[in-house]
Amino acid sequence: MRLRVNVDAAPGRSPRQAIPFLLPALVLLAALVLYPLVFSLIRSFFDARGDEFVGLRNYVDTFTDPRTLTAFRNNVIWVVVAPAAVTGIGLILAVLTERIRWATAFRLVLFMPMAISLFASGIIFRLVYDEAPNQGVVNAVVVGVHDMFSPASRYPGARPRDGYAATEAGFASIRPSRAGDTISLPLIGYPPQDVPPQALGASPPTAGTGELRGVLWLDVSVGGKAGAVDPTERGLPGVAVEAVRDGQVVARTTTGDDGRFTFPDLGAGDVTVRLPAENFTLPFRGLTWLGASLITPVIISSWIWIMTGFAITFIAAGLSAIPRDALEAARVDGATEWQVFRRVTIPLLSPVLLVVFVTLVINVLKIFELVFVIAPGSVQSEANVLALQMWQVSFGTGGDQGAGSALAVILFLLVAPAMLFNIRRFRRERS
Amino acid sequence: MTLVAEEVRIDVPVSGAPRRGVLTRLVARLGNGAVQVVLALVAVFWMVPVFGLLIASLRDESANTADGWWTVFTKPAELTLANYAELVANQAVWQSFLNTFYIAVPATVLVVVMASLASYALAWIEFPGRETLTVVVVGLLVMPIQVALIPVAKLFGALGLFGTITGVVLFHVAFGLPFAIFLLRNFFTGIPRDLIEAARMDGATEWVIFKRVVLPVAKPAIASLTIFQFLWVWNDLLVALVFADQDSAPITVALRAQLRQFGTNIDMLSTGAFLSMVVPLGVFLVFQKYFVQGVLAGSTK
Repeated sequence: MRLRVNVDAAPGRSPRQAIPFLLPALVLLAALVLYPLVFSLIRSFFDARGDEFVGLRNYVDTFTDPRTLTAFRNNVIWVVVAPAAVTGIGLILAVLTERIRWATAFRLVLFMPMAISLFASGIIFRLVYDEAPNQGVVNAVVVGVHDMFSPASRYPGARPRDGYAATEAGFASIRPSRAGDTISLPLIGYPPQDVPPQALGASPPTAGTGELRGVLWLDVSVGGKAGAVDPTERGLPGVAVEAVRDGQVVARTTTGDDGRFTFPDLGAGDVTVRLPAENFTLPFRGLTWLGASLITPVIISSWIWIMTGFAITFIAAGLSAIPRDALEAARVDGATEWQVFRRVTIPLLSPVLLVVFVTLVINVLKIFELVFVIAPGSVQSEANVLALQMWQVSFGTGGDQGAGSALAVILFLLVAPAMLFNIRRFRRERS
Repeated sequence: MTLVAEEVRIDVPVSGAPRRGVLTRLVARLGNGAVQVVLALVAVFWMVPVFGLLIASLRDESANTADGWWTVFTKPAELTLANYAELVANQAVWQSFLNTFYIAVPATVLVVVMASLASYALAWIEFPGRETLTVVVVGLLVMPIQVALIPVAKLFGALGLFGTITGVVLFHVAFGLPFAIFLLRNFFTGIPRDLIEAARMDGATEWVIFKRVVLPVAKPAIASLTIFQFLWVWNDLLVALVFADQDSAPITVALRAQLRQFGTNIDMLSTGAFLSMVVPLGVFLVFQKYFVQGVLAGSTK
């Protein structure tokens, strides 16, 4: 994993010979990395066009600008949630892969997202989280599971032509009916081609004593008469119909294949006929993953997909370096697998876990492409992060290079602890 | 897997401790089976997003609007290469595909050459400030490129490099160097001292030692660096977004521009995304060992 550092590397004899070896790299590093760092720092104290010294105003503006504050908030969410999640998942999977023979193949599959661009990953997850259940696989699964537990209505969007008032419970007839009446109930707002195949031609029922009868059919006004049963029109099977008296449901029935329904014994008095709302509720369309409220968790999930393979591979390399003796000794002493993991593996692994975690934090602070590609324009401000905000302010719509430089410096300061961490680790490994 | 390895595995059950009951061993076996199933599911789960993109890129617009890519299992006849034909016929996209090579290849070669030279000096030539310089390089590993975007844009503007492939390449080289030097220096210092000393005894110049002794030994490290750097540059969006213009744009930038034009037309977007992935995926599958080593060594980038 880590290439061995030879401490007593023998130095060459003549310092001047180092110059041609070092010069090309040093020139480029000085011109395009070190000089820009200093320049950005100075530039951040000047105004948008760079003419006027404004002191700390860019920083003050940055910390009072609501867009930047949103970006800060999101960066905090990212740093708190994402690296810990990936380290945890990576640890669990790395430990589990030790038990299988196809560990290499498994790691290869999970490592693959590291090889493709964040841009392509963004497109991939735009498709995965597409809101239409017939496009995005996540919403397809969500809708499928939802419909398994609460089935979709039979006639979404259909409604009575007139004479019915929409209430919370459903469509209630405005005029009361009673036993002996016949009701014709034309429905509209439903595509004729979607009528179930078992539906038969509709015809109005004859009146029956003591019974309330009716017919419910799909009223196609094109080529027929509105509100009347035309010969070609068909009844709608399986629609629930209720008879309501004084706010109580006194009878409930379902239409037959010809659309007819009958309430046999209603007793005396008026009833209101009601079509319960569950007949017509619009289908569940899943969640708005790419909307303002879920966008950051969605982008974090795509990042987890990309980085987990890295964590697994790194942690697995650390695991294989743990001396087997330590584990075996604990097992012989009667420790359970969990105790071995908790008390022996984790402590021995903690330096590796720390390196993985710090690496992921650095990566998260610089996150740009995923947010840029996955978040649709309208919610990009909601998903904003510092690196993206820096680009937008300086090159996107903003054009304010003073504020952009201030953001770049802030980004640098956030990464600086990781810089010190690396230098310290490097020094320790050498001594 | 060899026979010996099989025997070892059978002799030492994963639960470890000797003299355990039959029941315990059965549970361990079942547990192992469960682990296999869980990991297989995780692997499938991980592949679904890419698989979905691939299938979407192989279906035409009407098929993609009508229903999801998973219906391909019932309608395999819908698969077509038409999207790819259309995309490759698009002059801007094809040019950007070529541009990506024009950017990634020089940026990789220059980084490898410059970094191996510098690493040799840091590892084997003593000069004042060597320690400090090494520490600076380690510090630069995590430098956010945002810090350099505005100043370098100005600099390139003054030099006439803004919007050119050369500019994009130079920026990539500069920001690829710290990691490259870090990786190669670590490897070079691991080369046995005797090898270098023997060459010096023979009167070889530093250049000859570098070329004849160090480079041949360092081939695996250089391979790791090459693969890593190539994919890093190939996959870049931000650098090119700032420094490239329409004619020098790599595929990520060109596709990003198409993102608006195509809107929600997932057939063309997925085709473009997959076209941009073909090269990295191929490189990854062929050289995965080197790539993984490069990423692990460069954990700090």
